[in-house]
Amino acid sequence: MTPHDTHEEPAAAKAAPGGGTPLLEVRNLEVTYARTPGSPAVPAVRGVDLRLEAGQKLGIAGESGCGKSTLALALLRLLPSTAKLSGEILLDGEDIRTMSWGRLRAVRWAGASVVFQGAMHSLNAVHRIGDQIAEPILLHGRATPAAARKRAGELLEQVGLPAARVQAYPHELSGGQRQRVMIAMALACDPRLVIADEPTTALDVMIQAQILRLIEGLVADQDLGLIMISHDLAVLSDTCDRLAVMYAGRVVEEGPAKAVHAHAAHPYGRALSSAFPRIGDLASRRAPRGLPGDPPDPAAVPDGCAFHPRCPVALDVCATQDQVLRVAGPGRRAACVRVGDDEGGAGAGDGAAVAREGAGGAASEGVSETTGSGS
Amino acid sequence: MSGAETGAVRGGGAADRAPDGAAHGARDLGVLAPDGAGDGAPPLLSAEQVKVVFPGRRGDREARAVDGVDLDVRPGEIVALVGESGCGKTTLARSLLGLVTPTSGRVTFDGKPLEYASRALKAYRRRAQLVLQDPSGSLNPRHTVYEAVAEGLRIHGYAGDEQEAVAGALSRAGLRPPERFFLRHPHELSGGQRQRVVIAGALVLEPELIVADEPVASLDASVRGEILALLLRLRDELGLSALIVTHDLGLAWNIADRVAVMYLGRIVETGEVEQVLTAPRHPYTRALLSVLPESETEPVILTGEPPDPSRVPSGCRFHARCPVLASGEAERAGVADACRTRELPVLPGSGPAAVACHWAEAVERAAG
Repeated sequence: MTPHDTHEEPAAAKAAPGGGTPLLEVRNLEVTYARTPGSPAVPAVRGVDLRLEAGQKLGIAGESGCGKSTLALALLRLLPSTAKLSGEILLDGEDIRTMSWGRLRAVRWAGASVVFQGAMHSLNAVHRIGDQIAEPILLHGRATPAAARKRAGELLEQVGLPAARVQAYPHELSGGQRQRVMIAMALACDPRLVIADEPTTALDVMIQAQILRLIEGLVADQDLGLIMISHDLAVLSDTCDRLAVMYAGRVVEEGPAKAVHAHAAHPYGRALSSAFPRIGDLASRRAPRGLPGDPPDPAAVPDGCAFHPRCPVALDVCATQDQVLRVAGPGRRAACVRVGDDEGGAGAGDGAAVAREGAGGAASEGVSETTGSGS
Repeated sequence: MSGAETGAVRGGGAADRAPDGAAHGARDLGVLAPDGAGDGAPPLLSAEQVKVVFPGRRGDREARAVDGVDLDVRPGEIVALVGESGCGKTTLARSLLGLVTPTSGRVTFDGKPLEYASRALKAYRRRAQLVLQDPSGSLNPRHTVYEAVAEGLRIHGYAGDEQEAVAGALSRAGLRPPERFFLRHPHELSGGQRQRVVIAGALVLEPELIVADEPVASLDASVRGEILALLLRLRDELGLSALIVTHDLGLAWNIADRVAVMYLGRIVETGEVEQVLTAPRHPYTRALLSVLPESETEPVILTGEPPDPSRVPSGCRFHARCPVLASGEAERAGVADACRTRELPVLPGSGPAAVACHWAEAVERAAG
């Protein structure tokens, strides 16, 4: 059995109230890299489905190497030519994966844009920031040079910087200000979807709060769709409506952001959500929690559940049986043998003796009848 | 398990170099229970009225990066120095290691003031080690793990069994079995493993204290907990003292005994972690805590960036951004003038919790 057997239903679980075409729909996306010409292709993204409505914020969480950044870049075909894509990436119903280069150039920036991590490296050090913001506007033939410069100033004000800063060079700005410039650039051509890859990772808490507040405000005002990528589940759950947790190139858990962070159904989700402590929670005082081991090498993904070698509650079956996403509560799914009604029942029976944290994992069991009518 | 292993390695090291063994013996007596964390013990490392002023370039005003700080780290204690970028915390940490000479005030280690002659500093760095942030940047990509860890031993002319010392440091840093890592290069390691190599490089000389600048800021969520657990275990097993410079309050909650909150060159609130982080008194500390995800209080987002150390405001240095002053609460408490004009004293480097805030003092006085 492959993990894609169940792909037809899940999208419906997240359908918007009115139905219709979602802003973004990703179906069974796979990305493989050829490391050297002729060598076997290495899978980085192994069958991902996503769905996002305008005005919705989706968080994608996971460690380095889990495929989350590859996924983000694949959405706009920004990957190097050694990467091969399959599946569908429908932006307003139009498949980005198969569209012509000319059409793709029109969609980048104007349909969807990316806020990259590390603003210092993404901005050109020798150009004034106003010119850098104006560049996509000019390339899209949307304005005269003078109007584009004026628009750059307006965009800076929109992200909370004085319009006069168009004259500044990147080194004259602080890290938080540079991140604001990156956001202004992403908004330059009025995209419908913004993909933010670790937008606040290197920033101080106060600046992080400012940037997150700014992004939330822009999404709400302009009815944008937002995909935000981070390894910090606490930040994502604070900002986003829904969360998808990725491991070894697959979504292993998804659901309403607050619910996933508070009571993750997948052991990997639980490990990520306890990594950043809640101050005042005595259980985490002098008790930092990590997850031993490293994510698997994409060229040698373990058999069975890819997470089983690191899983604190793995059963024998996990070493041999691949796990697909299954219903784990209202609007929630998780790819864990301990979740759901079929194998999960047997798993919980075995697990009671083995697993000390079985209770947490089983919290979502017993509600699987409410099949995906949530959200 | 690792205790026995570590003990054997340390024992071997001490036998090989008796003079140093003596120095470390004193530290071993100072190993304390985690909660005691050196109450009453004389500080191992101490900043006394330290100021670091950088001269302005081309007629610019001078920058008061560290503007009068007392801070103690006692034996076996983990102290978190917390603040925004640009508050002076890294400069303070560098002055504590002798990498920056204070403009005034002094740094003492083990009761003696630091000497800044290069020979004296070299001897000091054997006992107090810096762990840098960003392990990718602080490891030479062409050096093997073995060379990276052995470098400190070679610089200090270590006379013992080098291979044994390197293996011991690697296994104490959680890279086991150590021999498996000897010949690897940084690019063959994960981010967490690289950070462990950097920590092993600091541990190999068996220092009494480490100063770690953002030790987990560039690491993944899953690795972060592992590295913090390692720092905690090194304290519990070796009695290693640590000053951890960070902007991450969750890190302080996870591992530190005491926390000092720094703002624009001064420490504005300090005390036991539980006290400062669950009942903050300074409006700045309160704001920092309020913007964390999952905070239960209404977020107080301070606008703008931390102000410029070349233009330290008069009175309380936080007053221009202070939400308590802006909301009129300070006025009602009768301290608004003091906030704008009266400077606050330097807080003591250890001892009971303390806050440098006219408003907090007035409110607490009124409450009795």
